[in-house]
Amino acid sequence: MMHENITLAHGGGGRLSRQLTEELFLPILGNRYLLQLNDSAVVEPGEGAAAFTTDAFVVDPVFFPGGDIGRLAVCGTVNDLAVMGALPRYLSAAFILEEGYPLADLRRIVRSMKDTADEAEVTIVTGDTKVVPRGAADSIFITTAGIGYMNPGMPVSAGRAHPGDAVIISGPVGRHGMAIMTSREGLGFSSTIESDVAPLNRLTAAMLEVTGDIHVMRDATRGGLATVLNEIASQAACDIILEERSVPVTEAVRGACELLGFDPLYVANEGVLVACAAADAAGALLEAMRGQTYGTEAVIAGRVGNSGSGRVVLETEMGSRRVLDMLSGEQLPRIC
Amino acid sequence: MCLAVPMQILSIDGETGVVEISGVKRNVGLQMIKDPRPGDYIIVHAGFAIQKLDEEEALETIALFREMEGLG
Amino acid sequence: MKYIDEFRSGKAAGRLKEEIAAAAAGRPMTFMEVCGTHTMSIARNGIREMLPAGMRLISGPGCPVCVTPNGTIDHAVALARHPGIIIATFGDMVKVPGSTSSLGQERAAGRSVRVVASTLDALELARNNPEMQVVFIGVGFETTAPTIAASIITAEQENLNNYSVLSAHKVVPPAMELLCRGRVAIDGFLCPGHVSAVIGSSPYRPIAEEHGIACVIGGFEGLDILQSIAMLARQVAGGDSRVEIQYRRVVRPEGNPAAVALMEKVFRPVDSVWRGIGMITASGLVMRDAYRRYDAAVRFPVTVEETKEAAGCICGSVLQGISDPRECPLFGDGCLPETPVGPCMVSSEGACAAAFRYRVSRRADIGQMHDA
Repeated sequence: MMHENITLAHGGGGRLSRQLTEELFLPILGNRYLLQLNDSAVVEPGEGAAAFTTDAFVVDPVFFPGGDIGRLAVCGTVNDLAVMGALPRYLSAAFILEEGYPLADLRRIVRSMKDTADEAEVTIVTGDTKVVPRGAADSIFITTAGIGYMNPGMPVSAGRAHPGDAVIISGPVGRHGMAIMTSREGLGFSSTIESDVAPLNRLTAAMLEVTGDIHVMRDATRGGLATVLNEIASQAACDIILEERSVPVTEAVRGACELLGFDPLYVANEGVLVACAAADAAGALLEAMRGQTYGTEAVIAGRVGNSGSGRVVLETEMGSRRVLDMLSGEQLPRIC
Repeated sequence: MCLAVPMQILSIDGETGVVEISGVKRNVGLQMIKDPRPGDYIIVHAGFAIQKLDEEEALETIALFREMEGLG
Repeated sequence: MKYIDEFRSGKAAGRLKEEIAAAAAGRPMTFMEVCGTHTMSIARNGIREMLPAGMRLISGPGCPVCVTPNGTIDHAVALARHPGIIIATFGDMVKVPGSTSSLGQERAAGRSVRVVASTLDALELARNNPEMQVVFIGVGFETTAPTIAASIITAEQENLNNYSVLSAHKVVPPAMELLCRGRVAIDGFLCPGHVSAVIGSSPYRPIAEEHGIACVIGGFEGLDILQSIAMLARQVAGGDSRVEIQYRRVVRPEGNPAAVALMEKVFRPVDSVWRGIGMITASGLVMRDAYRRYDAAVRFPVTVEETKEAAGCICGSVLQGISDPRECPLFGDGCLPETPVGPCMVSSEGACAAAFRYRVSRRADIGQMHDA
């Protein structure tokens, strides 16, 4: 019978490690790659070049409205591949567990990873688990890596934004960060806000199908929309003009940001992408995006200006303009 | 100096009230408010109501700004 | 969001912009917004860019982040290092630098520093950790002080003996009086809306009547601020100086007596040091004797490191609009957003922080941004 909680022995490579793999990981994630229990998975090549990425996930709380660290760990890597224009295929997952972590929670997280992987049509082909003494890690950390294949005919989309491009946002911003913040223990809030964490590979596939004039695609995660726009603007050495009125923000996220003194443009997302595309292709692109589950509220929220020093300028609701900086420091609940 | 936000009282229990803005709820201290009632709008700072919002004055200011929209 | 969005619509902004220009009629005018929350809202709404040439809006010493001196941070750091203490603090204070450390650095070094959004959360922390001592870093002005007084009274009622406060509160009128005597001609004050919700409008009367400076108590949304500036410009153009309330939906002339009573029950005035300005008489608050046991400085006699103030910081005169940030020897050299020294750089929208952000681009002013 399995233990209730993770013990150091589960990470030791001996019988308990094997039991963890055979009684928890394989029953949930089981596929022909994992079942071979080799030290590496050998996967099939794709037609185009391979795109490869990795990301580490630490989130408090581990279970939050709209998702958990498992769904986050799959979506983060899938989305990093998808915004490159690659078709995500294979994932790895390495766990660092704190001694005493409840196995029931681990099972729930791994099941969530499986459901999300199925939704994104990717396979978790290899993995590892290590256990550290109590206090040396905060419950559970997950690192995932992923391989996806570029479409041979399609140009790599991580190029440069061009002057005159339309700036498109795939959905409302700030939901992940505020879902976490309003459910964090000790902050005395409750809200209906749910994280937007979602796999965006079907959305990007639909976008690439309708036009080749997408110059940049990025997922707007930590630092929020403002930070990713600053990265795009400086890479392209063009200014970006963003219309505050056009940026979609749900009422609940606006309310929570007012209460905590946050600016939604800087709050983290886990299911929002930003694209810069030729203005004349933007209409068709928007229509294609709105036909997808995670793109129904896509909007054109700005434009790429002429060359400049690569700043982001916000056209405020008041009709004035201000520079929109990179996020400096962390956003914390403030009173002033 | 002081970030404070208008919220609506949903329920009151002694000196504490549950208040809400756009679906986000929080318990706040009502010690500083004279006979608070559910439905009242209050200004909340750092978890406490510091003043009742005067809805009449609010609507008057809003009307003034609406009128300006016509002239602007 | 009810009673917020209605005060943000840009359509009326154009009209208010014209009213401001008409009232000023080209005359140079210098206004100071005292409150850091006004400073943030002015920056976020791009208000300065909407003002006529010759009208200056300078940021006063109005946020707990920028006025709290090194000595207080050093004291909080010493308490964080004391065994068995959990520091509870508003997020604002985490990054504020002391002489050699900050609460953020102490947290990184493994000390227990918890960010809370209210003293209600800090009290909850104390109830849930009976074996630890929770010390709340009591910062803020007359808006926040009553909420901290309320928490001390609650702790007393529940005889919660593991909750105490390091009192670093400030009060506004003494600082405004000092600024009136400054060398720069401040024509008008945009007075703090939420402080005034508590203390009312009468404390500003000596400033308007004796110093001849226009005072308008303003709200925090874009249209509130523009309307307040229009009211200030009209007063100055008419040679008038009195206390007006723009933020009538929240501020009553008598303020909130219940809040003032709560504050005065627990705290009494005391001389206090403001970062970059120095000592201002009766400008701070400390617990009355009846509540001394809730004063963390008394409950935990810790040795505080010797306070080091960076020489050459001219924030005192930048705050009063006398000097420009670039005249400061530390500006961009030792005093940076990541390692701020004076209040004008510590506050993310302070005069120096804003100047540092824009110094990179010497290009055309935002107004002439080339558009696609």
